[in-house]
Amino acid sequence: MSASTLAPLAESTATRVARNLLRSRELAIVIVLALIVLVATTRRSSFLLSADGWRDTLLAPSILLLLAVGQMVVVVTRNVDLSVGSTLGIAAYVTGKIFVANPDTPVIVVFLAGLGVGAVVGALNGLLVTVFRVPALVITLGTMYVLRGALTHEVGSERMNAQDFPAHFEKLGTQQVLTIPVLTIIALVVVAAVGYYLHTARGGRELYAIGSDPDAADLYGLPSARRVFGAFVLCGALAGLAGVFSAARYATAFSGTGSGIELQAVAAVVIGGVAIFGGSGTVWGAAIGAFLLVTINRALPILGISEFWQGAVVGALIIGSIVLDRVLSIRRTHKLIEARDHA
Amino acid sequence: MSTPTLTKPDGAERTYPAYSRNPLARALLTREAAVILALVVVFIYSMGNIPFFDGPLTIFNLSKEYAPILLMALPMTLIIITGEIDLSVASTLGASAAVTGVLVVEHDVSVPVAAIIAIVVGSLLGALNGFFIAYVGLPSLAVTIGSLALYRGLAEGLIQAKRISGFPEGWQDWPTERIGDTQYPNILIPTAVLIVAFGVLLHFTRFGRGIFEIGLSDESAHFSGVNVARTKMILFVLSGAVAAFAGVYVALKANSVATDTGTGFELKVIAGVLLGGVSIFGGRGALHGVVAGVLLIAVLNSALQLDGQGSEVIQIIIGLLLVGSVIASNFLPRVRALLPRRKVIDAPPSVTPQTPGAGESSER
Amino acid sequence: MSTAAHQAAAQPLTLALRGVAKSFGAVQALKSGTLEVAPGSIHALVGENGAGKSTLVKIVAGVHRRDTGYFELAGEPVDFGSTAESKAAGVAVIYQEPTLFPDLSVAENIFMGRHPLGAGRRIDRTRMFAESEALFARLGVDIDPRRTANGLSIADQQLIEIAKAISLEAKLLVMDEPTAALSGNEVARLFAVARSLRDEGRALVFISHRFDEVFDLCDVVTVMRDGAYVSTHLIAETSESEIVSKMVGREVAELFPKTVAPIGDVVLDVQGLNSTGEFHDISFQVRAGEIVGLAGLVGAGRSEIARAVFGVDKYDAGSVTLGGVPVRQGKPSRAIRAGMAFVPEDRRQQGLVIEGSVAKNVASVIRGRLSRLGLLTAGAENKAAGPWAAKLQVKTSALDMRAATMSGGNQQKVVIAKWLATNPSLLIIDEPTRGIDVGTKAEVHRLLSDLAGQGLAILMISSELPEVLGMADRVLVVCEGRLTAELSRAEATPENVMAAATRSAQRDSEKEPVR
Repeated sequence: MSASTLAPLAESTATRVARNLLRSRELAIVIVLALIVLVATTRRSSFLLSADGWRDTLLAPSILLLLAVGQMVVVVTRNVDLSVGSTLGIAAYVTGKIFVANPDTPVIVVFLAGLGVGAVVGALNGLLVTVFRVPALVITLGTMYVLRGALTHEVGSERMNAQDFPAHFEKLGTQQVLTIPVLTIIALVVVAAVGYYLHTARGGRELYAIGSDPDAADLYGLPSARRVFGAFVLCGALAGLAGVFSAARYATAFSGTGSGIELQAVAAVVIGGVAIFGGSGTVWGAAIGAFLLVTINRALPILGISEFWQGAVVGALIIGSIVLDRVLSIRRTHKLIEARDHA
Repeated sequence: MSTPTLTKPDGAERTYPAYSRNPLARALLTREAAVILALVVVFIYSMGNIPFFDGPLTIFNLSKEYAPILLMALPMTLIIITGEIDLSVASTLGASAAVTGVLVVEHDVSVPVAAIIAIVVGSLLGALNGFFIAYVGLPSLAVTIGSLALYRGLAEGLIQAKRISGFPEGWQDWPTERIGDTQYPNILIPTAVLIVAFGVLLHFTRFGRGIFEIGLSDESAHFSGVNVARTKMILFVLSGAVAAFAGVYVALKANSVATDTGTGFELKVIAGVLLGGVSIFGGRGALHGVVAGVLLIAVLNSALQLDGQGSEVIQIIIGLLLVGSVIASNFLPRVRALLPRRKVIDAPPSVTPQTPGAGESSER
Repeated sequence: MSTAAHQAAAQPLTLALRGVAKSFGAVQALKSGTLEVAPGSIHALVGENGAGKSTLVKIVAGVHRRDTGYFELAGEPVDFGSTAESKAAGVAVIYQEPTLFPDLSVAENIFMGRHPLGAGRRIDRTRMFAESEALFARLGVDIDPRRTANGLSIADQQLIEIAKAISLEAKLLVMDEPTAALSGNEVARLFAVARSLRDEGRALVFISHRFDEVFDLCDVVTVMRDGAYVSTHLIAETSESEIVSKMVGREVAELFPKTVAPIGDVVLDVQGLNSTGEFHDISFQVRAGEIVGLAGLVGAGRSEIARAVFGVDKYDAGSVTLGGVPVRQGKPSRAIRAGMAFVPEDRRQQGLVIEGSVAKNVASVIRGRLSRLGLLTAGAENKAAGPWAAKLQVKTSALDMRAATMSGGNQQKVVIAKWLATNPSLLIIDEPTRGIDVGTKAEVHRLLSDLAGQGLAILMISSELPEVLGMADRVLVVCEGRLTAELSRAEATPENVMAAATRSAQRDSEKEPVR
């Protein structure tokens, strides 16, 4: 008896990890990403091999990276947050306002303000979704328009430009440490922290459980409402931080900042292999998805495709990814059932 | 093969009242009635208090602007009642407007032919959504977020940075000309026809009953012989076709097509549908409520505009209405459940549970 | 065994429920539930389907809040508002239907929300897997704790539920029909674990329909009927016949009013039906006027066979012929047109549109016939539905009442009315009396018997052995997706049926479980 019980252990941890890695969705996207970079670089070497190209390759995805991480945490609970673009816009505008009021404000204060503004918006979404038990899609579609409308109402046609932002803040947008842009470093730290939490903390695992089967989560006695609320707050806070990043990188803020980026955030998550109906996926996947999406957009013109087709490419990638996931999951389930048959 | 003699029981044996409430209560205690009431109140208030709202152009402009929203709301109602959603309607509208523009202006195709091609293209775009949702079994939310980006991207790719304008005289004016001496533009004719057609389809056919059943429980519907996949497929094709028709209209009305034609319309459409009492969880709703819901948004929009408010205020209000109506539809049924109904009575014991009406073949 | 039951007097009862009631809308699921469980005892809770056992369990688990009545745990009055509260108070429940997270590993399913933690409050996965393996070893089963729960058989899922409940080290462990899907060997292991838990001083509540298990395992038995407490007995001082008569509340002979009908031509002919992972090489016939019972353990593939025959699910190979005409697979609408009717297992999800009205439900399959020029009115539906509802004596105030507000028995009548309205030649009925009260149960049995008498062919699936033996002219037994026996009414004894239902399972259990 005991021999067969231990059978699964016979396989060493290293083999298991290696096999999982090779089969993983994340690796597949990394390969696609590498291919795109490779092809684009052969066509035009400055794409990666010039100082600017190198910096842009790393820097461009930093904003979407933050949004994708936040979105991933919400999506894994079987929800979605479409209001992140509006949140980003508001945070970028608040950043500008702070600097207009006091150009000497330390950067850390602006970061905290962005996180705070975003967290408040996230808390609002989270409350509506958990208290009224209505689909997050509709709620956040509504708040997306309300917040964008409110921002437009406040800002009007005003536009904050480079002269409104102090130099020390603008420098942040291009600053590099060991050739790696600071914003990218911050974003990667966020990815690592959230990934660590989701993998190793009880709360993180509960997010997966809630998304995998919400009814079972209730029977288990998991604090579903609190966890989902927390996911929305985190998503909002990261969108706020992304707003500060946006202000730093582009040195501009107006009523349309971040408009439409929510679709890219959802796309990054889906491309990264996070199941849109919750329960599975990783932050790494979402982060690589964000990298892939941004890199494709940059590479398209080099590959001879007009930039006007970018939107279509994003859409095709979203649909292609979910179709692929579906096909793979059907095959996997079928295999498991067949295996059971021959047991 | 021996067929058992289980025939339909005699129709004269009816023993249950058909409804548990009187007709007045049934008509008034509904979400639809509430929306219609709100529409009337807002309209009357605006007539009295908003300057120029009672002018001759108000209804005309309002119909002209909101006809595409109303059109797209019709198939959207049916789709949301099945428990799915189509976020890509505005992009389909944009893509078909782009097709129309490119064909007419750049290739000198006549407007009717271009319109038919655009509607076929729209149907195909809808069919693509429908295929993935109905036959591959993917969530409509994910698929149509993808096609929202994809179809908009097609429009952008088709017309690039240009703004296509200069539709031929005559065609360009038809949709916005008045019907006789009335305040109503011509576009209201096809709109009215489609409202009636979708109303009948939803409320007075087998197909429509199937739509409600799928929304309440697609598994039960499948077990009762409803072809769930085909029903969804048809609805998405209809959605694409109607959105494309609206796209042709929008192109002609504006006499131009740009990459952002119709952007954000999906919000107004979905807001109108949900405001009109359709449950986002599926299974509940009525077409007259949706028409009232869209008109309510239209009247609010036009009143606010005349009052000097910017478009962003209208955007805020529509967003709030959307959130509010979803929350309300989650609360209203609970309140209604508290209202009195007939007491449960035992069925008349006279009839034995044996063969219902054996031999009394009353098939007509 | 009785040591535990007797020494209990000194300590407070682990669980005491007295006069507990619970209603859902108009339906009173539990009228007066009483259950007193002493520490260090295994307490059987028996009663027919619809007696209120599951509702009682859900009140103990904190899923539902009772409307009235007294509820005490280990001497303290309690009032659970959520499953988290009951869990914290030391209650573990194994539900009838496994509720696992399909995307997560088996081990995480066991330890969700209370993963073993290492340094820095990190989840200690090594320990989690080791503890899972220890649990499975204790239960004598072989499941890889690292695989995902997706794709596991019902029996394995149930075993994971059991492992989870044991790992909670609860002072009260409630098991709602844990053995329905298990093989003999697995049941024996479970019972050994249950006894050792009892000897540790824990209290167990065991719900089962199998009297041999109740008498083998339990110390005390409480009987419920129609949502109310009936009586409590020491197992040593009672008998199976006494329990059965308490459960039924009348002479057993009254049940199953089977009348022998003349058996006619073959109506349904199934040949070589095969579906990977579900069932294999299924061939059988059902004749006019005949009731064929399909028996077997839960998860053996009975319902899957019925679903494939009716066309709800597709199959890989084989053929279905109705009245000599082949029925194409995968389309229920074809099967309906050919003359098949199907009352499925899950009334709320499959049989009815539970939020729909009585009229819409009854008329749902005959809408085509009710349409005039393609148009269908509510009036036509009401006119057609009313008489059918009356024929089956559906209790409702009006035809627009939602099915959800009705009792299980009434809902089942609506489902049957809906199918009889189609004038079928074959009726497939899966668990005809699950979750309905005793009175309605007898009505359903009489109805089935009468329908067969009129020449309807009936294929009846049931987990209740007395129902199968009482109603069927012929019994087919399914085990692990294969037909293992075909027994005539005379041959079909409980022993023969159970032997066939666990045939391959027992064969398997003789060798070491290898996966």
